Amino acid sequence: MIVKVQEKDFIAQDEIQKLKNNCIETPGAINSFIGYVRNFSNNKKLTSLTIEHYSGMTEKMLLEISKKASKKWPLLGTLIIHRYGKLNIGDQIVLAASASLHRNAAFESTQFIMDYLKTQAPFWKSEKINNQNKWVLSRKEDEQELNKWED
Amino acid sequence: MKILYFSWLKEKIGLNSQEIIKPENVETVGDLITFLKEKSENHKNAFSDLNSIKVAVNQEFADLEKKIKEKDEIAFFPPVTGG
Repeated sequence: MIVKVQEKDFIAQDEIQKLKNNCIETPGAINSFIGYVRNFSNNKKLTSLTIEHYSGMTEKMLLEISKKASKKWPLLGTLIIHRYGKLNIGDQIVLAASASLHRNAAFESTQFIMDYLKTQAPFWKSEKINNQNKWVLSRKEDEQELNKWED
Repeated sequence: MKILYFSWLKEKIGLNSQEIIKPENVETVGDLITFLKEKSENHKNAFSDLNSIKVAVNQEFADLEKKIKEKDEIAFFPPVTGG
């Protein structure tokens, strides 16, 4: 389980290669997701995004989410990288990836990791629109996404 | 105890963090909020709608009934918006 919370950008291919090398067995499948900064928010043009986080708790929660996913699916490894600080339009925010012997576990667990990250990892986004910073409000829909993972 | 604030709570209160000595009558997170609200107008405003506030005690999500101790780290923040 690899978890990184960092200001600097990442090269997804390199990180996925590291995940692959770290696997306890050669994976047959790695699925990955990358989240980027959008240029619009509620029909308003965005100029930048700033992300704040709770250092310590963030890493702890991301590890907990990785553990949860590893219990639910037969995974050979997981990777979560999340950035903080000031980001520009089109910048990478987050990379989540899961490795498994077969594709379904990799597909599903990546989505699981992102759904939990969205609602439980202590990050807060502030959007710059018309030269004003505004904290992003959480979406009810994100909470509801978790329902589909209940056993 | 150490109290941390994030996002708009930090801005409304005007502090990233503060250290306080736990008052005797403060036993739970809910008690702590009541205590803080009496301390300043900023705290009162920030904590006016508890539905929009999450709590973590020692970096784990907690509710208002959670018992707290002098050595605890307590964080208040809005629902998270990462990803």
